[in-house]
Amino acid sequence: MSKYYLNYLDELESEAIFVLREVWAQFENPVILFSGGKDSILITHLAKKAFYPAKIPFPLMHVDTGHNFPETIQFRDDIIKELGAQLIVGSVQESIDEGRVAEEKGKNATRNALQITTLLDAIEANKIDCAIGGGRRDEEKARAKERFFSHRDDFGQWDPKNQRPELWNIFNGKHFEGEHFRAFPISNWTEMDVWNYIKRENIAIPSLYFAHEREVVWRQDSWIPNSEFLVLEDHEEVVTKKIRFRTLGDITITGGVESDADTLEKIAAEVAGMRNTERGNRSDDKRSESAMEDRKRQGYF
Amino acid sequence: MLDNNQLLRFTTAGSVDDGKSTLIGRLLYDSKSIFEDQLEAIENTSKKKGHEGVDLALFTDGLRDEREQGITIDVAYRYFTTPKRKFIIADTPGHIQYTRNMVTGASTANVATILIDARHGVIEQTKRHAFIASLLQIPHIIVCVNKMDLVDFSEEVFNNIVSEFEEVSSKMLVKDVRFIPMSALLGDNVVNKSENMPWYQGAPMLHTLETMHISSDINKVDTRFPVQTVIRPQREGFIDYRGYAGRVASGILRKGDDVTVMPSGFTSKVKSINFYDKELEEAYAPMSVSITLEDDIDISRGDMIVRTNNKPEPSQDIEVMLCWLNNSSAKPRAKYTIKHTSNDQKAMIKEVVYKYDISTLERNNEDGDLTMNDIAKVKIRTTKPLMIDPYRENRTTGSIILVDDTTNETVAAGMIV
Repeated sequence: MSKYYLNYLDELESEAIFVLREVWAQFENPVILFSGGKDSILITHLAKKAFYPAKIPFPLMHVDTGHNFPETIQFRDDIIKELGAQLIVGSVQESIDEGRVAEEKGKNATRNALQITTLLDAIEANKIDCAIGGGRRDEEKARAKERFFSHRDDFGQWDPKNQRPELWNIFNGKHFEGEHFRAFPISNWTEMDVWNYIKRENIAIPSLYFAHEREVVWRQDSWIPNSEFLVLEDHEEVVTKKIRFRTLGDITITGGVESDADTLEKIAAEVAGMRNTERGNRSDDKRSESAMEDRKRQGYF
Repeated sequence: MLDNNQLLRFTTAGSVDDGKSTLIGRLLYDSKSIFEDQLEAIENTSKKKGHEGVDLALFTDGLRDEREQGITIDVAYRYFTTPKRKFIIADTPGHIQYTRNMVTGASTANVATILIDARHGVIEQTKRHAFIASLLQIPHIIVCVNKMDLVDFSEEVFNNIVSEFEEVSSKMLVKDVRFIPMSALLGDNVVNKSENMPWYQGAPMLHTLETMHISSDINKVDTRFPVQTVIRPQREGFIDYRGYAGRVASGILRKGDDVTVMPSGFTSKVKSINFYDKELEEAYAPMSVSITLEDDIDISRGDMIVRTNNKPEPSQDIEVMLCWLNNSSAKPRAKYTIKHTSNDQKAMIKEVVYKYDISTLERNNEDGDLTMNDIAKVKIRTTKPLMIDPYRENRTTGSIILVDDTTNETVAAGMIV
């Protein structure tokens, strides 16, 4: 076999870097959507590689639900300092205070859907024409149809039936004033690829991904962390378990799995043996079969 | 997974009737790539709809409308990994009204899988799928002769279909065609070798996909480096650094190579090839790198760095096999933005030379209107020269898209003749 070929991780890396450079070249004011989760950390790492020795040219934008893991915020602030990058925060609490959105009611209330308004407001206020996200096509069935360059109309909405065809690696980011794009450089990565790459590159990630002791409550088939925002039901009981998180989001809806994986090697091995998707522990996706598609149409990440 | 495992992209075209979804479901299921919660969700929906057993087609159809109608409308991407390779499936609808989606899915594929129902043999749709695979120059084709269980696993039926297909493909530009008799429903020759067809000496589909030689699919001869952006760090230690960032489209670029910058024609030598904080001796397709040159030349996005002794043809008049992708038809002599590698220019369709009737695949010289799903040979004039290669030699520098400036939509995709 000829030596002139890339292995799958190098090819995925090269593809993502190509996409990030296209974003930089085709848009005036692009940002990275940074949640503090592994996928947005990975995007940030790839952006660092894509533009080296220049500084990462994108500000990081965080949509803050106000229901955070303290570890995530600390991690965010550290990475901003290390990169010398600009941080833009869109606050869901402010959207609520300003009357732009109303807090959901009932026992399964979350701020998940409220983020959409905050995100779109922040995009508009900061004149952002491209928001780079860590979405992957393997995550969820509506995401399987996403483009690398995904158009949003001037209401921030996604029209999945009317997407621009994307052929070869020619990306069309042309848009009118007020419209924006979402770009997904790691579209073709799977959860396993992400972990293998994080392990290979030894990328720093929040401690929440590693197994640790935590107070949790069993709810909707996963361990929801106890926090000041959690309203307990009568039958629910707070217990201490050794868990880790497969995804990081709003603290009220991000479920953990019981695990002893406390190193990147052990996490990668554990993920390889997992029999459930990572979003299976996210109660936001369990509401209905098309929960993700419905939110994405409105402008969700 | 081993460090030298490659990525293979393949496309499937077809409808539920062909057993396409069953085939994909089988590949994913037998290679243990379906997660339990996904399977559970499909089981629930199957029950709700009153299906017997698990309808694996539900797994491959993503959008609500598609689930309601039971068809694939768009291209959906699926992923699975075996100990030997990582796979990306571009799953596309098969009907004639979705030709544009098939073309889209085919554009990045190493392998096209073409499904044939053993009971029906080569039909119109089969020919169209083969035609698209040849048009998009997919390097390898696997013809899956499916539903062999319904023809008593007959070797004769299989052999007849092979000859029928070869007759069709002999008129097309296809290089590597393999035939596999299978039953996706029962799992024969998909992941596991069939016990019902001892007469078949070849490998099952998955093994074929795992071992097929794909390193030579990319052109390794003609060095083409389209510049995406220029990196100027303006910071201490890198004040004079000017790196040209891009992805090697084809060929190999080495430190010290004599290069020419197109279209300006300035020549220089490769001073360094960088990837992040590493310096490399050489870069090859499809690596994303940045390079510096010995001389201070004005280079920007849209320029192409090539080896001085092997240059593409700068051209303003190009002949293209065009697939029309948009609802609104082509306007005569209208201007479009043409996108070719990192270069954007204005272009006009000057002439439709001929159009294919995509049901019969015959050429039609009369009808010059281009409407959605049409495939036609056209002549295009651009405002400035593009640095082009023929598509059959170079899938990256031989491809273009057209964008309608009034809607910003991608309206056509083209392969340079």
